[in-house]
Amino acid sequence: MTTRFFGAPITRNEDPRLLTGQALFVDDVELAGLLHAALLRSPLAHARIRSIDLAAARARPGVVAIYTAEDLGAVWKPGPLVVPPPPLEQVVYHTRTQGPLVKHKIRHVGEPIAFVVAESRAIAEDALDDIVVDYEPLPVAADLLTAAAPGAPRVHDDLPDNVAAQLRQTKGDYAAAATRAALVIKRRFRYDRGCSSPIETRGVVAEWNAKADRLTVWDTTQAPVFLRNGLAGVLGLSERQVRVIAPFIGGGFGPKIVMFYPEEILVPWAAMRLERPVKWIEDRSEHFVATTHERDQIHDAEIALAPDGRILGVKDVFLHDMGAYDPYGLTIPLNSQCTLLGPYAIPSYDSSFTCYFTHKPIVTPYRGAGRQHGVFVIERLLDLAAQALGIDRAEIRRRNFIAPDAFPHDNEIMFQDFAALKYDSGNYAPMLDKLLEMIGYDAFLKDEQPTLRAAGKHVGIAVVCYVEGTGIGPYEGAKIQVQSSGRVSLATGTGTQGQGHYTSFAQIAADQLGVDVRDIDVVTGDTDQFYWGAGTFASRGAVVAGTAIDQAAKVVRQKILRTAAEHFECAEQDLVLENGAVAVNGVPGKSIALGALAGLANPMRGAVAAGTEPGLEATSYFGPPYGATASGAHAMIVEVDPETLMLTIKKYVVVHDCGTIINPLIVAGQVQGGVAQGIGNAFYEQLVFDAEGQLLNGTLADYLLPSALEVPRMELAHTVTPSPLNPLGIKGVGEAGAIPVGPLFAQAIENALDLPAKGIELLEIPLSPNRLWQLLGGS
Amino acid sequence: MSATRHRVSLTVNGAPRTTEIEARALLSDVLRHELGLSGTHVGCEQGVCGACTVLFDGLPVRACLMLAVQATGHAITTVEGLAGADGTLDGLQTAFRDTHALQCGYCTPGILITMRAFLDEHPAPSEAEIREALSGNLCRCTGYQHIVDAVLLAAARRRAAA
Repeated sequence: MTTRFFGAPITRNEDPRLLTGQALFVDDVELAGLLHAALLRSPLAHARIRSIDLAAARARPGVVAIYTAEDLGAVWKPGPLVVPPPPLEQVVYHTRTQGPLVKHKIRHVGEPIAFVVAESRAIAEDALDDIVVDYEPLPVAADLLTAAAPGAPRVHDDLPDNVAAQLRQTKGDYAAAATRAALVIKRRFRYDRGCSSPIETRGVVAEWNAKADRLTVWDTTQAPVFLRNGLAGVLGLSERQVRVIAPFIGGGFGPKIVMFYPEEILVPWAAMRLERPVKWIEDRSEHFVATTHERDQIHDAEIALAPDGRILGVKDVFLHDMGAYDPYGLTIPLNSQCTLLGPYAIPSYDSSFTCYFTHKPIVTPYRGAGRQHGVFVIERLLDLAAQALGIDRAEIRRRNFIAPDAFPHDNEIMFQDFAALKYDSGNYAPMLDKLLEMIGYDAFLKDEQPTLRAAGKHVGIAVVCYVEGTGIGPYEGAKIQVQSSGRVSLATGTGTQGQGHYTSFAQIAADQLGVDVRDIDVVTGDTDQFYWGAGTFASRGAVVAGTAIDQAAKVVRQKILRTAAEHFECAEQDLVLENGAVAVNGVPGKSIALGALAGLANPMRGAVAAGTEPGLEATSYFGPPYGATASGAHAMIVEVDPETLMLTIKKYVVVHDCGTIINPLIVAGQVQGGVAQGIGNAFYEQLVFDAEGQLLNGTLADYLLPSALEVPRMELAHTVTPSPLNPLGIKGVGEAGAIPVGPLFAQAIENALDLPAKGIELLEIPLSPNRLWQLLGGS
Repeated sequence: MSATRHRVSLTVNGAPRTTEIEARALLSDVLRHELGLSGTHVGCEQGVCGACTVLFDGLPVRACLMLAVQATGHAITTVEGLAGADGTLDGLQTAFRDTHALQCGYCTPGILITMRAFLDEHPAPSEAEIREALSGNLCRCTGYQHIVDAVLLAAARRRAAA
């Protein structure tokens, strides 16, 4: 088998449709008789509903139905716990999930109270203004420290306080390490809220076909199979009666995976009840309070060091904000806890966290999913250690790297997939070497920075390292089928939100099947096309679905060769499979196209041998024993304007190791896009709430997504340490770019403004010109 | 709210179109849901994200900030009007594909339209000029670098062909 496509920078199969406006997104679904929905959302963060008056809204022409929690009957129940807590004896977890509409008590701004269905979206939105709700406002616990304080207003009255969960994981003996350490550094670190803000908001369209007895749902979900199974359960249908289609999705980044958002129940339920299709498309204002958020932790962390800067141990006690409900288990704090360990050999670790409910929108994974926070803590601790011990910032990292011969490396705690936090492979020093060379680290520190400083320029450099646990289980699958046209169909259960799966998945199969990558039609996210799957999250699509595709393609290849060998009455090793046909080696004219061969494999009459399966088709599943650990290092040179405290990124370099690369174009895009989100998170984006739990900047004019002016040109290089956990050697790359940007900004700004000399430390993210001004003493 | 409907006649992608709509209907909604041109995407309905950008008599405008009745008698170009009649991608679209300048593709129609107008005015743009022109369109996937590369490439190819 020759490799033509795997590893090559193939342009994408999906692009022509996207570039010409022909790709189907959820809001593009138009159906005869379509109704439109809008939701009345709470303006208060904590309140009891005394009464709801729907009379005027119901009387409005064009309003078809209005539902409150009372109307939902048995359909009203708290949503599922999407991710259970890890099976550890010491874990505390209080499951409190959200129902489709508020029954009595509101717990965050934006929580839905009433669901209006009308002949048009405009009428539905008009009717929201007709609804009169009598609220009894209640005191609010709008932030972590308020919620954690004794006597705080409680989010869930049946719990004694706002504690949602607790977990401690340890490795080695940190107390002993601290006792013999030359230096112990302890600080408090904060990482505040942001949101993923995909340019496409969420949306759901549902159609109930009573004659066919089937429900079809188009949903911007990242987990269509999961949603189908859940919907069938809630609506009293069999799973075979429900088809969920996640068509083209305009970005996801995590929050689109949550099940169930209230609308995901309400829209299909109303479509069945009204026997007319219903559409709901979230608007941007809703998105800011109705789609989940992330970040929001406070860490009290300490590091124990030997005189040469080697880490003896780390202790971390942190608080995590769950928001008003906790449907997503401990994925985020577990990722924070685990990813803090980074690429470093840390012999002792004592990490415990407490999650609190607050009167704010729900927190679930967003690109990085907690990894950022852990990386911020360890990287900042290392910067402080370097400063205190007089060691170069890059050098202290190098001294602590896990040695290349120490893999697989067991960190002795449990990761988010409930497998051991074990690094499959890695080689970190060459990555750092390449990074320092590309950024010109030594020359900058020795020559450029002193020269520029002498000229009055506030320039700084920063270097950070990280790992990314990727490619976790449980499993994904793929079905590959050679069609009679000769084209190949490849279906998988994962959805796609821009990652290029239509191309990278095709690349994996094309080489095995000897067909052009353009002749493979990838279907993702349609539960009628592929029945099983977990979803697109945790940088796992390429690793887990990709390996299943590789396996299935190999089986189809064998079927092709066997069928052709029978046809030509020759040995399989005499056959050549290429260019969409099988030929007998060295015999001109002895060739059959794959489409014709597929026809032979599906005889319409006659007898077949026992055990014969029709078609050139195979389905395969893959689940890794544990995740593949990717790694990376970022470096940046910035200039800070001392008047405005705005910064300009002069140079940005990424060296990344995601094992074997399927498509370097797509990998570059993933890394660059991740860095852009990291830049937003580090310096521009912050969800600002007041003490009453009101979001103060819920528009894109106020919540600042970085534009082309804020995101610099990046230089990207790779080192390649294949994963031993899958035959392709691949690791995930989806979140890599976004993870380490916070500490990079903090370190670079400190260096540019010479803050260590002034005794000022940047221990929080996001930063901003305004926040820097405050931290610098307002002068 | 009166539901009086207004007759609106405009030219879209070179073809005359007539529809009856409420006065409050946005141009973006009318293009998408009345005229079936769903390639124009809506991201914020507030004029910030730029996903809904269309050409209005040749100039880029936010279709979400304009009432459709205001477009009466005017010529609109949407993303569906960029490629050739046979579906052949135009130079900018081709460059976007060649450089991997789109991921989810949701912001892409607005960016193509904005950059199409920009390239007509700036046949030999610098990277800084492209970034400035692009700064009114938000993309959450790409980090913009490949988009800038695509515009540079399209401009270079256009000059080479001229």
